[in-house]
Amino acid sequence: MTTETLIWLIPLPPLLAFFLIVLFTNKSKALSHTIGVGAAALSFIGSMVVFVRALGVEHLGESPFESAVNWLPTGDTWFRIGVLIDPLGAAVLFFVAITILMIFLYSVGYHNYGQPAGDHDVKGLPPHGATITDEHGHKHVVPSVEPMYSRFFAFLGLFAFGMYTLVVSDNLLTLFVGWEIMGLCSYLLIGFWYGKPSARDAAVKAFMTTRIGDVFMLLGIAFLYSATGTLTFREIFTEETLHALASTPAWFGMTTSGFIALLLFIGTVGKSAQWPLHVWLPDAMEGPTPVSAMIHAATMVSAGVYAVIRMFPLLTADYTGHGLTVTMSIVAFIGAFTALFAATIAVAQNDIKRVLAYSTISQLGYMIAALGIGAYVAAAFHLITHAFFKALLFLGSGSVIHGMEHGVLHTGNHHVDPQDMYNMGGLRKKMPITFWTFLIGGFALAGFPLVTAGFWSKDEILADAFGHGHLAVFVTLAIAAFLTAFYTMRQITLTFLGEPRTEEAKHAQETPWTMTTPLIVLAFFAVTYGWVGIPEHFPLLGGLVPNWFHEFVGSTLAEHPEAIEFNPIPLLTSIGVAGGGLILGWLYYRNVKSVSEDKFQIPLLKNKYYFDEAYNFLFVKPAYWFAENIVYKFLDKGVIDGILHAFGPFTQGTGSALRNYIDLPVINRAIGDGSAEITYWFGGKLRAIQTGRVQQYLMLALVTFIVIGAALYFFVLA
Amino acid sequence: MNFIATHLLSTILFFPAVAALVMLFLPKDETKLHKWFALGASLVPFVLSLVLWFNFDPAQPGYQFEEMYTWYAAIGSSLHLGVDGLSLSMVLLTTLLTPIAILASFSINDRTKAYMILFLFLETGMLGVFMALDLLIFFVFWEVGLVPMYFLINQWGSANRNYASMKFMIYTMGGSLGLLLAVQLLGVLFKTYDLQVITEQWATYTAPIGGIPASTFKAVAFWAFVIAFAVKVPLWPFHTWLPDAHTEAPTAGSMILAGVLLKLGAYGFLRLVLPLYPEEAKYFAGALAFLAVAAIVFGAFGSYAQTDFKRLVAYSSVNHMGFVVLGIAAAAYAAGTADAHIALNGAILQMFNHGLSAAGMFFLVGVIYERTHTRNLEELGGLFPLVPVYGGILIFTSMASLGLPGLNGFISEFLVVRGAFGVGVNSVPVMAIYTAVAMLGLLFTGAYILKGIKKVLHGPMNEHWAHGEHKLTEINAREVIVMVPLMVLILWIGLYPAWILDVINKAVVVLF
Repeated sequence: MTTETLIWLIPLPPLLAFFLIVLFTNKSKALSHTIGVGAAALSFIGSMVVFVRALGVEHLGESPFESAVNWLPTGDTWFRIGVLIDPLGAAVLFFVAITILMIFLYSVGYHNYGQPAGDHDVKGLPPHGATITDEHGHKHVVPSVEPMYSRFFAFLGLFAFGMYTLVVSDNLLTLFVGWEIMGLCSYLLIGFWYGKPSARDAAVKAFMTTRIGDVFMLLGIAFLYSATGTLTFREIFTEETLHALASTPAWFGMTTSGFIALLLFIGTVGKSAQWPLHVWLPDAMEGPTPVSAMIHAATMVSAGVYAVIRMFPLLTADYTGHGLTVTMSIVAFIGAFTALFAATIAVAQNDIKRVLAYSTISQLGYMIAALGIGAYVAAAFHLITHAFFKALLFLGSGSVIHGMEHGVLHTGNHHVDPQDMYNMGGLRKKMPITFWTFLIGGFALAGFPLVTAGFWSKDEILADAFGHGHLAVFVTLAIAAFLTAFYTMRQITLTFLGEPRTEEAKHAQETPWTMTTPLIVLAFFAVTYGWVGIPEHFPLLGGLVPNWFHEFVGSTLAEHPEAIEFNPIPLLTSIGVAGGGLILGWLYYRNVKSVSEDKFQIPLLKNKYYFDEAYNFLFVKPAYWFAENIVYKFLDKGVIDGILHAFGPFTQGTGSALRNYIDLPVINRAIGDGSAEITYWFGGKLRAIQTGRVQQYLMLALVTFIVIGAALYFFVLA
Repeated sequence: MNFIATHLLSTILFFPAVAALVMLFLPKDETKLHKWFALGASLVPFVLSLVLWFNFDPAQPGYQFEEMYTWYAAIGSSLHLGVDGLSLSMVLLTTLLTPIAILASFSINDRTKAYMILFLFLETGMLGVFMALDLLIFFVFWEVGLVPMYFLINQWGSANRNYASMKFMIYTMGGSLGLLLAVQLLGVLFKTYDLQVITEQWATYTAPIGGIPASTFKAVAFWAFVIAFAVKVPLWPFHTWLPDAHTEAPTAGSMILAGVLLKLGAYGFLRLVLPLYPEEAKYFAGALAFLAVAAIVFGAFGSYAQTDFKRLVAYSSVNHMGFVVLGIAAAAYAAGTADAHIALNGAILQMFNHGLSAAGMFFLVGVIYERTHTRNLEELGGLFPLVPVYGGILIFTSMASLGLPGLNGFISEFLVVRGAFGVGVNSVPVMAIYTAVAMLGLLFTGAYILKGIKKVLHGPMNEHWAHGEHKLTEINAREVIVMVPLMVLILWIGLYPAWILDVINKAVVVLF
């Protein structure tokens, strides 16, 4: 099979799985998950084959795998869609395939496959556990299987299809198709337990918030298509086209390329949950944990960053190397600001998944900031390492929650929140695999020097920011990095170290192999993936292994980015903030016994700077008020229907006026009745001469004869 | 067979009417017979229009399958029929939706004979508009369609049906008065009503008429046409008949209303307004685009404000049809450019797509209404576990309506946005602003669709529908069969639109 054919086929198995499960196998849990995991495995194998073949191609950047077909007729030409795997695509495909497969596998265990159906479980709510009686007659409460198990795999399949479509697309339109399909899936999966009002509202919030970005992106796509006549990446990224775009002014003092890039970037702000559209992502934790991993690591949020990396030549088309363009400044600002802003919130969160959610927002901010200052290889590198360790952390937190739920079922005290870190503690002994892998993931997130992947990628961003003189970005990101290390250690300390704080934590249990295997695999990459991108000039280690990532992904664009000179300041900074944050986090939180002792529970941070409340007050409520009162009640019902209804009385008024003033008095009375009356009156008068006497008649005839004769004589003859 | 081959259009056109006449002689109480007879009778035109579709040659410009019969020789009007890519797609939509709507009406047991007869007459009325190549014939069929629909709403509608049917009838007829006058004018002027002849001469006509300059006359006649069609589309602010009529009509009536009748207005714009008044259309395109954007935005907000499920769907038609007119306005601005072609491709495909998704949505509202006898969103809620299959279908169709990529609505909306924005970038900057404002409508399309799903399917289950006599039953096989063709087409057009878009595109390139 040619590589191109294979690339076309990669997205299809999960889509097929979606349809098969929805239409046919949804009654059988075993069949459904076999199809789901099998489809993910097929796509995985296909992706790996493509990846390996891509590695074997010299100058893949100039001659990538590509193939396209006619899709939409547009006047005299066709809009073509197709697939493209260039170095960037291959690198992204690699991590997407691995994380997706791991998440599928993990979901089997997470949804308690093999456990009995729950006693009171209903569709649309999380399972509550089942009572079983063992051979001694003792009753135990054990986890129960998810009632909508098959549906979960169907949705996950569709989600995977969306992501694969996005990655292999050679044009912006099918990228957008994949992008939106993921939007739908995140809606369906965040609202998977739709019976919970909180989950239902979170789903709508996620869809609507990202849609704000999407409509701007759609406008950007329309603009780009109008200006260049194509949406295919490799046709846009030609010298002439980019130059033409960069030299045509658009609105607001920006060039066309800058303006389009900004519109497209707003789409990313929504999808990658950047300030000010970040509000949906923490609420997205309402979904089952594999979904959180799917959305926050492997697919959706990565898609946002991926799109900007893809459109990087457009973003920098009018960049001359001196002073960032308007669009790049906006991108860099939003990224750096979000990185810091979200990190501060994460410090005050107690829900294990919410901490990770804010850390995701913050880390995505790093990538966006890197793109804003032109460091696209660093951004891509961090995108991939982050995908590995964040998927690991989410799945790890899911494992922790699962273990805690076990404890909750054991004690039967359902008031204990299994996601609150202050209910945990000491889990390292109960859940060793989860602990060690989580530790690796956490250290990678914090950027623990040298051994973790997160260190290398984060260091590269900091080095780029410093090396190119973007000091504000550098300082902001460094402070954020410190906070990241701090809250990560806080999380690890509260969850795993010390002694159990609750009875439930004492009875937590390690999760089954389907859940721990993905953790181990992802932990492997969370460490080793950093080694493929060690800078050449790094002291001691540099040059031992080639900086493969830089060479490979850097060759995506015709212009090969230069490796920056080594400078000890960013390196020492990144070691300092990571180490310092970790140590301080441990020192402080190992002594914190309960939430009341936590000095960082600052209301402003805990309430996420009140963004939800502000948006609700400023946008959501006014929008509904406007729709209901202004558009519907005032305009439609009041003004427009008012005018229409006025026609009724008007017509009726005219009608009755015609009747009362014309018909009745004039026509009926005056003309109709009047003529009769006049006749009657004449009749009455004339009756006087109708006496019946012949003499009188003769007399009358004589008089008439004389009068007429006289008249004739007088007028005619004379 | 030979007769049908040479009289394909007239056979498709009059078969339903003839079948309706035959139905008059069926016994009154055989409800089942009425339904099956009407279904069978409506399937014949569908099959024939498939024959039409496959024998149609998109590459050949102009009208095909033309037929001409003397009708009213004294005033130069004849029964002239013909189709091109534009009307062909509408004919197919009509003959497809009619059997589906009749199948959807199988739950009706009240005076089925009259009901089905009206439906078949309605089909002939609608098809006549799409096939007519004679202005007078166009107008006759245009008005003929109103009568059955009036009775369907008035006799089989829900509580407020008298008001709604009256509003529908008077509003649409009132809107057409100017059209009738303008058509008469053209007939008197050219001694014929033949569309092709008039199109050729009227667009370039400059001599004063009765002492009034042709340009003034044309401008007035242009608005006479536009208002008639704008009421039907409906364009803001002529839209308020629609929520009432759609909401009160019986389910199948709403399906046809939204699915086909609204397209008559948009079709009028494309077949008559743009070709007959290219200058005026260009001159007034800004106003048209403004009203279209108002329809898109206010339609979305209007829908978002509803608490009645059916009304919510009804308002969504205002929102979606706004995109059709936006595309038409953009094309009027920049006729002959690639941007215009793309915009019109989008507009026409949007007509077809909206026909599928709106008919589907109204049917699904009907399914739930038949079981619960309420359309109030506050009284529903959390029904997903009770009706999982229905829920899946509802989400699918809602997503088509929302314009989710991968389904049909996205393709057409994207093309309209692309075309309109392209006109904005390449010729008339104000179109870019209109398109950008329309995005607000697109955003709120999401809001009202999600509101519908949230209030019906999601959230805590309303226990009222879970037990006892109120227990909600799952969508049945007949109802699924109604939805399947719609869903297949929605997905098919979403994934591979070229099969229909190519036919539309070739016609658009020739016409505009």
